[in-house]
Amino acid sequence: MKYLDEFRDAHLVRACLDQLRAITTRPWTLMEVCGGQTHTIVRYRLDQLLPPQIRVIHGPGCPVCVTPMELIDAAIELAASPEVLLCSFGDMLRVPGTRGDLLGCKAKGGNVHIIYSPLDALQLAKAHPHKQVVGFAVGFETTAPAHALAVKEAARLGLTNYSLIVAHVLVPPALEAILSSPENQVQGFLAAGHVCTIMGYEMYEALARRYRVPIVVTGFEPVDLVEGLLLTIQQLEEGRYDVLNQYARSVRRMGNMNARALVEEVFEPTTRTWRGFGELPASGLALRPTYRDYDALVRFADRLAGLSEKSAVSTSMEQDCQSGLVLQGRLKPSDCPAFGTRCTPEHPLGAPMVSAEGACAAYYRYRSA
Amino acid sequence: MCLAIPGQIQAIHDTEPKMGTVAFGGVKKEVCLALIPEAQVGDYVLVHVGFAISRLDERAAQETLQMVRTLGDRDNRRSRDEIS
Ligand code: SF4
Repeated sequence: MKYLDEFRDAHLVRACLDQLRAITTRPWTLMEVCGGQTHTIVRYRLDQLLPPQIRVIHGPGCPVCVTPMELIDAAIELAASPEVLLCSFGDMLRVPGTRGDLLGCKAKGGNVHIIYSPLDALQLAKAHPHKQVVGFAVGFETTAPAHALAVKEAARLGLTNYSLIVAHVLVPPALEAILSSPENQVQGFLAAGHVCTIMGYEMYEALARRYRVPIVVTGFEPVDLVEGLLLTIQQLEEGRYDVLNQYARSVRRMGNMNARALVEEVFEPTTRTWRGFGELPASGLALRPTYRDYDALVRFADRLAGLSEKSAVSTSMEQDCQSGLVLQGRLKPSDCPAFGTRCTPEHPLGAPMVSAEGACAAYYRYRSA
Repeated sequence: MCLAIPGQIQAIHDTEPKMGTVAFGGVKKEVCLALIPEAQVGDYVLVHVGFAISRLDERAAQETLQMVRTLGDRDNRRSRDEIS
């Protein structure tokens, strides 16, 4: 496939690795932000091919993993009501909430539909005028424009039986949280290419300057990752901390302006609790007042009343799962005591073992054989 | 979840919102093109959750590959070191 095969060329990967070996003189710790990048690194064993001084740690870029328990509980609660059709991306289904997951809810007769595109939920709303269709809007900046467009479409079509549980999160506040932590070890970032395809990378320039860390917008194929690592290490070795764009075939400095305008029109920043990080200001998206009619948490407030206290208790009870440390890059998945024993993709204790992008799932899939 | 895959636009439909047929190897899918209204038939686009999020820039792709290719070439490496 064009744009994939040429970026999987083993010769080119080797050329980058050779160059990395040639220029690395000191130990460096880098973080790849996105879970998709984590999978490429672990799958192609790129981390094991790097010079021994370079340590790559895996970042928080798994939206499913950071979605707070209370929103999962809300989705489960709504899916259990007979008048609701709950629409979700597939990888949300097995993420544990306080009492079970969406898959269990579906098995017990809950109306859970797996959708591929947010527009599928609108089709369902049109086809089932007597049902309330609720979309579970999970994702980073990459996915927000699709949900924004779905909401605008619902408004244009006058659909009154469509709403969203908005769980969108934003990447820069998480990077800031990592960088400002006293225990921070990250000296350079590979920024997430698809988030930047939408948002551009202008906002990373201030971050790079303030914390003196190079940030390289990076793609998802093996050549992309090793080149991203090379461009970061080059800067570290030379004492520079610029924002560079390795993924220029898709990313422009200002991103996709149509998509940004749509997100800006429909959503506004809000404080959000990240599983594993806690509450981060302006780190999530919420519907703007003009679109609040489409907010499922408002529409079904009565039904959801009382859920949040129960969720709060249980979040603090997730003692067994170390996902917080894994998501902050402070614990390698395979070093979690439950990894591969009490916690497997069949019986996950935490979201990073469930999601296709979770770091624990990547290690289990590619490393335990 | 931020997975996005490249495909080629085969047809653009006159719908609201704008949709098109995109081929991923042998598999064809209906994709929303509203985020890249400038897209033309024949363009390669990145598709995420049923939405095209960018047009892929062939020249930029070649430049990226070329930069890595020159790394493999030792003479090139020496001359670059001299320049910088
Ligand atoms: S291995 Fe399982 S229990 Fe350990 S951090 Fe990962 S998801 Fe949590």
